[in-house]
Amino acid sequence: MSIVLKPGTRLFSAVCKTEMIAVKAPAGSVDLTIGGIAPVSSAADRDGSGSVAEGFGGGAAMGKRYVSDDDSIELLCTKAGEGIPALSGTPLQLKEAKPLPSSD
Amino acid sequence: MHLSSLVEMVESGFDDRVLLGDAARPTTGSEFGQLVRRGAVTLADVPALVYVGENHPLLPVALFAASWAGIPFVPVNYRLEDHQLNDLVARQAGAVVLADEHTAPRVRCQGGAVVFDDWLAALPADPSPLDPPFDDDEVAIVLYTSGTTSEPKSALLRHRHLMAYLLGSVEFGGASEDEAVLVSVPPYHIAGMANMLSNLFAGRRLSYLRAFEPHLWIETVRRERITNAMVVPTMLARIVDALGGRPADVPTLRSLSYGGAKVAERVILDALRLFPDTGFVNAYGLTETASTIAVLGPEDHRAAVTSDDPLVRRRLSSAGQVLPMVEIEVRDELDDIVPAGEPGIIFLRGEQISGEYATGSLLDGEGWFCTRDRGFLDADGYLFIEGRADDTIIRGGENIAPAEIEEVLLKHPAVSEACVVGVPDDEWGQRIAAAVVLRPGESVSESELQNAVRSELRGSKTPDSITFRDVLPHTETGKMLRRIVQQEIVSARCE
Repeated sequence: MSIVLKPGTRLFSAVCKTEMIAVKAPAGSVDLTIGGIAPVSSAADRDGSGSVAEGFGGGAAMGKRYVSDDDSIELLCTKAGEGIPALSGTPLQLKEAKPLPSSD
Repeated sequence: MHLSSLVEMVESGFDDRVLLGDAARPTTGSEFGQLVRRGAVTLADVPALVYVGENHPLLPVALFAASWAGIPFVPVNYRLEDHQLNDLVARQAGAVVLADEHTAPRVRCQGGAVVFDDWLAALPADPSPLDPPFDDDEVAIVLYTSGTTSEPKSALLRHRHLMAYLLGSVEFGGASEDEAVLVSVPPYHIAGMANMLSNLFAGRRLSYLRAFEPHLWIETVRRERITNAMVVPTMLARIVDALGGRPADVPTLRSLSYGGAKVAERVILDALRLFPDTGFVNAYGLTETASTIAVLGPEDHRAAVTSDDPLVRRRLSSAGQVLPMVEIEVRDELDDIVPAGEPGIIFLRGEQISGEYATGSLLDGEGWFCTRDRGFLDADGYLFIEGRADDTIIRGGENIAPAEIEEVLLKHPAVSEACVVGVPDDEWGQRIAAAVVLRPGESVSESELQNAVRSELRGSKTPDSITFRDVLPHTETGKMLRRIVQQEIVSARCE
């Protein structure tokens, strides 16, 4: 199932606790999953059935960023969970970030 | 991204974490989100939200309610005289005006001000919420520049500038649950806004000092087990003075950042000694750059004070290195980039750089913003700020940065404050005049100070005259009002 994203779109895994927000989004629709299943648009939309599919687990941690190979899409994890995000069946890459000293 | 997304991120990541409020009103991420939605419905058909008052434990609710309603938040300096305050408030036609209880009666335009606590108490209990806006090209915050050289200008910060700063330099949820930041910079200063935004983004509890006082600051750090704080240089100097040479005894304080104006090297050396277990961070930025663009971190501070290399030691008075997502160029009068070590005008480019006022954008066709600050980069990319280009003294064709001379004067043990300005001169174009404030009980002659400058710099940089004063004029956030010092010196000479 494909969805249209814009910066600020919230994504709730349908099968685990993972919550994401889109930081960068391509034009047009994308085939995006979290935990191997299409995400839902609020925690209340989870029906409690299903589980994280093999190859799409391993844990997403709060604050981590996930990007596609072409850098067209970037998601930020706002709540940790088992499922990780994938684009057209390929898990997104964890983006390495060098922490800066807190200046304010 | 839009700041309203930050509200949803806070609700998601820190739903049951106490993030703001005070002992009477501890407020979790979820409760914060509810307050923002309830506030936003009262602002649905309003063009702007003005806040004129001291800090408040729930100040973020005002900013984010405005963002959620899709209107700018406009904090105004409550310390201004009545007519100046009303002039600035009146610039936002049709705005809702919130104020603290002392300031509210002073607002005589826009139909008067509502006391912020009363506004909070009267929010509709369970309204049908507005949908959050997404257009990040809208104006999020309007800040009036301090106007040290001219009338205050309205600087515009759009959602995309502020979010670019947060996403580029702060880790979402990077703070653990026991961390708390003490905010003592007032809301009308870019550092006050950045302090609020980046700590909410990090998930660090905000503790507000309504107005700064050094003993209260130290006591609050101890009582609230504060881990992080940001101050402007005058605050740091007053904290150091208040300690009277005794160690600060603040075991929880991990990070103390300072910025917003030049800090005297002696103050930072004293501070490093009195806060031995705290990491110091110097941040440089402007209102127009959506806060910090360069940082001198704790490791840089330690390296500078322990190094034998004078080039490393002098970094203690630098602004550190430029953030990775910001580009910098130092250019000469012909717009050519100067080599490392040579001073020029600082230009910046990047997603967080606004460079825009209500009167129009100052970005050039390639997106560069001229800061009008003079400075230089050393060979390793450390940025040294010499001051405003407008303050540069041109004496006999030579460009002289007042800061360089002030630094030498401040090294003298008798001198507590120094201001160097150019005054018109028939022979040289400008002459160098200095005004200094001495430490209590100290004395020194004009010629002794002139000799001190001559021996460290050179004759052409030695002040032609030095006057002694009881005080020097500053803005409340520590910027020297050079324009006034210069006018006073010129008019004293004409008498």
